[in-house]
Amino acid sequence: MTKFTRRDALKLGAGATAAAGLTSMFGAAPAAAQDAFTPEAGASLRVLRWSPFVKGDEESWIANTKKFTEKTGVEVRIDKESWEDIRPKAAVAANVGSGPDIMFVWFDDPFQYPDKLLDVTDLAAGLGKKYGGWYDGPAAYATKDGRNIGLPLAVIGNAVCYRESWVKEAGFSEFPKDTAGFLELCKALKAKGHPAGFPHGHAVGDGNNYAHWLLWSHGGKTVDESGKAAINSPETIAALKYAAELYKTFIPGTESWLDVNNNRAFLAGEIGLTANGVSLYYAAKNDPKLADMAKDIRTTAFPVGPVGKPVELYQTTSTVIFKYTKFPKAAQAYLQFMFDDAQMNAWIQASSGYCCQTLKAYAANPVWTADPNHAPYAKASEQLRPNGFAGPLGYASAAVMGDYVLVDMFAEVVTGQRTPEEAAKRAETRINRYYKV
Amino acid sequence: MQKPNAIAADAITAGAQPPARSWLSKALEGRNTLGGLFMLPAAAVLLIFLTYPLALGVWLGFTDTTIGRPGQFIGLENYEALWDDTVFWLAVFNTLLYTSVASVFKFALGLWLALLLNERLPFKAFIRAIVLLPWVVPTVLSAIAFWWIYDAQFSIISWALIQIGLIDAPINFLGDATNARASVIAANVWRGIPFVAITLLAGLQTIPQSLYEAATLDGASSWQRFRYITLPMLTPIIAVVMTFSVLFTFTDFQLIYVLTRGGPVNATHLMATLSFQRAIPGGQLGEGAAIAVAMIPFLLSAILFSYFGLQRRRWQQGGRDA
Repeated sequence: MTKFTRRDALKLGAGATAAAGLTSMFGAAPAAAQDAFTPEAGASLRVLRWSPFVKGDEESWIANTKKFTEKTGVEVRIDKESWEDIRPKAAVAANVGSGPDIMFVWFDDPFQYPDKLLDVTDLAAGLGKKYGGWYDGPAAYATKDGRNIGLPLAVIGNAVCYRESWVKEAGFSEFPKDTAGFLELCKALKAKGHPAGFPHGHAVGDGNNYAHWLLWSHGGKTVDESGKAAINSPETIAALKYAAELYKTFIPGTESWLDVNNNRAFLAGEIGLTANGVSLYYAAKNDPKLADMAKDIRTTAFPVGPVGKPVELYQTTSTVIFKYTKFPKAAQAYLQFMFDDAQMNAWIQASSGYCCQTLKAYAANPVWTADPNHAPYAKASEQLRPNGFAGPLGYASAAVMGDYVLVDMFAEVVTGQRTPEEAAKRAETRINRYYKV
Repeated sequence: MQKPNAIAADAITAGAQPPARSWLSKALEGRNTLGGLFMLPAAAVLLIFLTYPLALGVWLGFTDTTIGRPGQFIGLENYEALWDDTVFWLAVFNTLLYTSVASVFKFALGLWLALLLNERLPFKAFIRAIVLLPWVVPTVLSAIAFWWIYDAQFSIISWALIQIGLIDAPINFLGDATNARASVIAANVWRGIPFVAITLLAGLQTIPQSLYEAATLDGASSWQRFRYITLPMLTPIIAVVMTFSVLFTFTDFQLIYVLTRGGPVNATHLMATLSFQRAIPGGQLGEGAAIAVAMIPFLLSAILFSYFGLQRRRWQQGGRDA
């Protein structure tokens, strides 16, 4: 039997008022979808996001949020945390069932607590339909068993950053497109006193990006489709041998590098080449003292290895709504609003190429052609390959990355602690522990 | 005021028995009950904030709990997996090395500093306050300072040595396994010395001057005064200070997390940092808890050694066990 209480009547009345306000907001969207995401009466939201890497991102996100509050009356509080602290905070929120309503999370975080996340399949389907569909790579990080446990928000592209004059000085008129040519370039740069530098330390972002590029570009993979360890392969050995050769062209000390070290070394002119998000270029561009360097900086995609196509890990961030939220509809209405073209395009543009779109329609955003150095970051979502390739995303893939298994495997070889064969065998043992073989 | 016979009349009215007291008031007057009641708040705090988290940690170690998913009881499976895990054993080795080397240095340098500060010095109070600084500064802050000091490219030590002409290239402080271990130990020693020094200084000041005067009259050398007066009198304090120092060092986390995050290739991973890495970024709460629980036997033995060893009167008096 269905009871209809006074409280329900009040809710209905307030809901209807809010729905009237939202009609103008969502334009010609189907009536059913509008009702589905009508904020609850008296709703307020708390969003926890990662601290911005480029200033424009945060300003634009806050401005868009303000517009949402003005239109719906839903107050939204935005908190931020250092990006590395997001995983523990999200884990605690999921475990204790209390905290922010919406969170920006990283990589396979949603797969660590899928049962605690609100199913947003309808919202994702509506947005996908409206904006040309989602890119497969980022979508994989937010989809489990065909249901959306989050909305892929952005891919933080990673590209090789180099000094054009030094590359020319090293005898290369254009940047090599393949791994063999890349090694030759790095050797020539080193000979000219401009070594390369990629982190072999426990650098969460840059270290994992580099290690995955090395492995995947040579055709290696951590596990096969069934989740069985496949790391101990001739492809991995080839990747390890290549890494050892490339390491010889590096500046000393990269085994200890964390995420910020390559930025510092590059901006100080100590290295001629590294890989980073577009923030590195902007650090130089926004500093009057580094104006000459900024003019000399060029960015390009990672060279393609024997595998024949670009495949990158990249940092992927998704928005999730926790099931414990008291205002699931307001939360979905908020995300729907933020992903709509007026807001999303403004945000992508304000992020200056740092955040790559996850919905295909936004590939036409003018930011990607505004500066030639933005171009390599435009294809991040297209080239992205999910962590734990070729196996399923889940606890094991997250744990293998969290435990720096690949980063350590390459570091062991380049520092001469183990032979490539020993390192691959050891990585296999470590991977097997997580995939419970 | 009542007259005596009026009181007698009242007593008769109420009956021959004294007024009956409730069981509650009787219980409250009982020494044991009241004592127990007074201890209740403290016991509750201990239970909620110490026993429960500890018990939960121990329990998690026997489960396969991951972040966001309650686990099943799996017995000793986590420990069996750790037994075969070379990274875990490397972390155990690192932790023991880190703790023992850092503790020895902290003790030796701390005691030396305490003895110096116990001498007549100008601006004594000021110097003592300065000495405490490394201990007062938040660990993360000092760790960031050390991070710059040990930077592979921008280390001030490397820069100074290059300027002097002693070396040609920057020292690879945190990139080489041995250097990295030595560097993190040095940073920990720097931070830990003030605690040892100031506490031992407090101990030194409780030793009566008359003992030294008597020993001097008897012709004792300064080494003999130290060996037969200072050291025995200080041993109880040393036992307590070093127990705490060992516990703090063994469970260190922040310094490693900021400086190396366990690298290079896990050469500086301590049990605490590995436990965090597996539990939170890695999502394996059960295994992370098991690593943390594996620290308990080491910590307990450090405490037991202090209480049953260092505090023995015979040891303190310079004798040996029968």
